[in-house]
Amino acid sequence: MEQQFDTSKLGMWLFLTTEILLFGGLFVGFGMMQNRYPREFFEAHEHLQRGYGAFNTVVLLFSSWTMVMAVNAASTNQKKKLVMFLWLTILCAFIFLGVKYFEYSHKYYDGLLPGRFYSHQALDAVKGTYGQATFFAFYFMMTGLHGIHILVGIFLLYWLVRRSNRGDFDSAYYTPVDLVGLYWHIVDMIWIYLFPLYYLIT
Amino acid sequence: MSSHTEATHAHGGPAVYTRNLVALLILTTITVGAAYVDFGPGNVVIALSIATIKAILVALFFMHLRWDKSVNTIICLAGFLFLGIFLMFDLLDFTSRRDPTPRNLPAMAQPTPVPATMNPLLTPPPKPVFAEPKAAEGEGAAKEK
Repeated sequence: MEQQFDTSKLGMWLFLTTEILLFGGLFVGFGMMQNRYPREFFEAHEHLQRGYGAFNTVVLLFSSWTMVMAVNAASTNQKKKLVMFLWLTILCAFIFLGVKYFEYSHKYYDGLLPGRFYSHQALDAVKGTYGQATFFAFYFMMTGLHGIHILVGIFLLYWLVRRSNRGDFDSAYYTPVDLVGLYWHIVDMIWIYLFPLYYLIT
Repeated sequence: MSSHTEATHAHGGPAVYTRNLVALLILTTITVGAAYVDFGPGNVVIALSIATIKAILVALFFMHLRWDKSVNTIICLAGFLFLGIFLMFDLLDFTSRRDPTPRNLPAMAQPTPVPATMNPLLTPPPKPVFAEPKAAEGEGAAKEK
């Protein structure tokens, strides 16, 4: 049993490494473009509201805590607590996506959508370049991909709730809870980097 | 079986997790606060350093790396190592070129307007749908020439 647990965990960590590299590539691209259009990126980042970003950071950190408490409850046979903490994590995920909905609709009305849907009239330092549109292309790509990860996480958490209610998990077997926990923490970790890069750096 | 439960129960505990959460929230407050002070180029360094400390805290305590088999830590670090190599060579390339602009994009140093059709980001021309239709200063000027 223990060997199976360790092997599953190893596999999960390998998957998490590919996640790090997936987002890492986007982060490197963002860094390159920020070097190229420092002024435009600064002006474009003023469209993001720090309050929303900071609030979402707190929500995600708290959800990471509820997730690790769920794993702890599973490993100590506290089934009621396990289900409660899983629901709390799902609730945090929905709050996060709700805040993101407000942010996205704000950008929608401002015409700050990526690619050819960008219709905001902003001036680039060099005419004919599109630094601000590039910023929002990266913004939507990275936060969107992160949001999809949150959605996948919600499904996984709900699946865990169903299985917990069925009584599948106890201290001898709670591998799925632990692995979804790892996934949830890496999603949180990615946001830890997204937040300062998009909302704070000037 | 008993060794298994002992090994898994050594994973911190609620008190450790709660302390970790408090530490993460304090670091978030610091990083938001630091963004309102102008340290010049230091702002980026501070923000990314704090983010890295937070990521390490999450990995060590929430992801149990502190108590886990070290092979998981090695895999995690390998991911970041290769990301570092990727970033390093990109930066070498970026900083050692006079004009790092790809051929299909307008040059950075020369302010010559380039037809919008050449830019993959902005074709067809922008059409404000919900925003009030303002005079397209930058775009229009570029096209009139």
